[in-house]
Amino acid sequence: MIPFVARRLVQSLFVMLAVAALAFALFRFVGDPVSQMTGVETAPEDMERLRVELGLTDPVPVQFARFVGDLVTLDFGYSYRTRQPVGAMIAERIPATLELGFVALLISLVVGVPGGVYAALKPRSPATQALLIGTLIGVSVPTFVIGILLIFLFGVQLGWLPTFGRGSTVEIGPWRTSLLTVDGWRALILPAITLGLYQLTLTLRLVRAEMMEVMRTDHIRFALARGLPLTSIHYRHALGNTLVPVVTIVALQFGGVIAFSIVTESVFQWPGLGLLFLESIRFVDIPVMAVYLVLIGFVFVAINLLVDLLYAAIDPRIRVTGAA
Amino acid sequence: MLAVEGLTVEFPGRRGVLRAVEDVGLSVAPGEIHGLVGESGAGKSTIAAAITGLLPEPGRVAAGAIRLGETDLLALPPAARHAARGKRISMIFQDPQTSLNPLMTIEAQLVETILAHEPDLGDRAARARAAALLAETGIRDAERRMAAYPHQFSGGMRQRVAIALALCTRPELVVADEPTTALDVAVQSQVLALIRRLVDERGLGMVLITHDIGVIAQVTDRVTVLRHGRVVEAGPTGAVLGRPQAAYTRSLMASVPRLERRLDRFPLVAIDGAPAIVRPDAADAAERWLRAHRDATAAPPAAEALAVEGLRVAFDGPRRGLFRKGEPIRAVTDVSLALPRGSVLGLVGESGSGKSTLAKAIMGLVQPTGGTMRHDGAMLPPGRSRPRSHPARRAIQMVFQDPYSSLNARRRIGAILAEPLALYRIEPDAEARDRLARAMLALVGLPEDAAERYPHQFSGGQRQRIAIARALLARPDVLVCDEPTSALDVSIQAQVLNLLKDLQERFALSILFISHDLAVVRQMADRIAVMKDGRLVEAGESEAFFAGPRAEYSRTLLALTPSLALLEGAAAAAPSPAETAAVREM
Repeated sequence: MIPFVARRLVQSLFVMLAVAALAFALFRFVGDPVSQMTGVETAPEDMERLRVELGLTDPVPVQFARFVGDLVTLDFGYSYRTRQPVGAMIAERIPATLELGFVALLISLVVGVPGGVYAALKPRSPATQALLIGTLIGVSVPTFVIGILLIFLFGVQLGWLPTFGRGSTVEIGPWRTSLLTVDGWRALILPAITLGLYQLTLTLRLVRAEMMEVMRTDHIRFALARGLPLTSIHYRHALGNTLVPVVTIVALQFGGVIAFSIVTESVFQWPGLGLLFLESIRFVDIPVMAVYLVLIGFVFVAINLLVDLLYAAIDPRIRVTGAA
Repeated sequence: MLAVEGLTVEFPGRRGVLRAVEDVGLSVAPGEIHGLVGESGAGKSTIAAAITGLLPEPGRVAAGAIRLGETDLLALPPAARHAARGKRISMIFQDPQTSLNPLMTIEAQLVETILAHEPDLGDRAARARAAALLAETGIRDAERRMAAYPHQFSGGMRQRVAIALALCTRPELVVADEPTTALDVAVQSQVLALIRRLVDERGLGMVLITHDIGVIAQVTDRVTVLRHGRVVEAGPTGAVLGRPQAAYTRSLMASVPRLERRLDRFPLVAIDGAPAIVRPDAADAAERWLRAHRDATAAPPAAEALAVEGLRVAFDGPRRGLFRKGEPIRAVTDVSLALPRGSVLGLVGESGSGKSTLAKAIMGLVQPTGGTMRHDGAMLPPGRSRPRSHPARRAIQMVFQDPYSSLNARRRIGAILAEPLALYRIEPDAEARDRLARAMLALVGLPEDAAERYPHQFSGGQRQRIAIARALLARPDVLVCDEPTSALDVSIQAQVLNLLKDLQERFALSILFISHDLAVVRQMADRIAVMKDGRLVEAGESEAFFAGPRAEYSRTLLALTPSLALLEGAAAAAPSPAETAAVREM
């Protein structure tokens, strides 16, 4: 187990280096940072001085090494747009995105897994048909349309829920949370549903397909023939055996949810990383974009590592150590 | 104890109702093993499912009664029926690899099952019973080993665990569906002995389903022979197998390869007045084509079509650590074999003995780590260094075990058969290729219009014929057959073996015939080689081998192979000449 994790860590390191290289390429190819920072009236000599000061005249590998070194020491540089440290800007935005992502994930699991199990066990019931048609709509309608529809219905027509922002928040140390106030939850519901809907439909359909497969296997038939309680057969024996593929897809999707919550955040003006990224693009704020890229790469790598560990926790055949 | 009367099971479908089982009756007394035997489609498993109440959708019991003691099982409401499962009727499945939940320990599965039926027993008592039962089924050190997961046990051990699981609730009746089919002969005989002992000691009733008449002869008290969902014959095992009354039973018995004697050909009995297959003229064209090639190539100098010298194959083992490679797994170790031209060499061994790996090394599909291989006296380059254009790639052809996966499901038979002709540049003209493919179909006993169909439209035996035709179209002089009949029913196996013998004799093919079944090998082989754990145990002339094998291991293997010898004295199981009626196909 430990050598396995060690090997994955080494692999992850290379992935992170590749992501860093891509992010670094942004500085070189997306416009000239010096002309971004200076005005029309800056003298060419000053621009040249700035170039030297910023290290832009050094050989490229030296610049890249410095970039990686800065990242590793969590020195993310300054935003071109706000002149603030990028680290602080991102740290300020992370809680909003993570909370949104986790609640969306929670919604998708709490509805998707039992829904999928139900659809697999009762394939002919009208509720199953309704679920399947519903999920078809879920996957085919784009996220922003769903967001706008929800705003229109619950925000504008019924007026039950706020349509933008995080509502009132509470600060716990550096973490600004909206999970501790009723108002915060009210603001969270619509964006979380919007963001989680796609993942929900995917989870539901995947759990259903895997469950139907597992229910046909010999060991489930054997469990039936031994007269085990049906709840145990369904939720302990069958669901357990569907988990490996489900965990893979759900976890990778979760990476996507964090990374690409941009659309939802912009529809609901949710002050998270996605919105920050959008603003940065508009102002060609390269340092923020680069760090965002690296951060998202890191999220994916971390989730992949977590998935591998989860496999071993679920399936004893993967944690092979000696025979009985 | 169990009484089934007039059982009829129907599967309503789009094209009307399919009757899988019709008017079947059987009874089982305590301490009795009742065998259900028949070929695929006989309805054996459907009867088992009807007894346990686990008929797959949309199957339903249309008529008849199933009574267990005083209880009418069919009248029970679903909840009570489910409660009776495990409690009163339990089941053992065919494949111990898949019949246990891989994610739970043996102990958890046993304890859960016991507590599901006796919740008052308590955790500690349930565990004690689980351990005792495992010990009883022959698992040593059960207390400790039951904390392990199923994948940590071998196939035979898993089947013992499955038997313990079936018995842990103390049922009256156990339905065993092909309980030993997936096991090696040695393990099979142990598991059958265990089943017999448990039935005797506990006074269980058992319904044992199998396609293997050897298994029936070895352990059952009574037997019911089924065909197309109907009872053909039933009675005490000795009487039914010894003096079969129905023509079908006789033909079935005749198709079983006998360990004790070698038959020239299996007599194929005409049943239901099915017409003997007339050999079409097209077959002659194919035969002439194959012969023409033989005559054209002057007899090669080497007496040995295939010779293997000190062959070794090893695979990388699981890694031990970050920088340490695992111990290599030696699949084949120092094997030397010779296949004389125009003869059949039978290669026998249990699963994991390395016989298939050896075949793959000869075919150039795996890379040997050492040793040499010769074909017609010429060195065969090993594995990857054998170019695609090497003549041996054509001259040595293979027939695989599973005809369901060895043919590309998305190509027509005609295209599958024409491929070797194009690939080896034997026949440049597409039309001539098509003609030859059809002629070859006729030669292996299939209609010519089979060329337009797809593999899924054929039965297993027909597909194996197609696989043989495909191999022949490369005009091989060596055929490597890896368990060519183990996926087939006995009567089909008899036909395919007859076909192989015919082809071998007519075209003087050299065949490496791999099988786990000594009785089958006896029918085919001139010479025999026995492998165990990747090593050659014994090799020699076939008849001498069966008369008295030298190696201890071969003797054990021979002794454990189920045999019909005990019935031989009873009466002539062989069919009468009139029935044999020259059904020799081709």
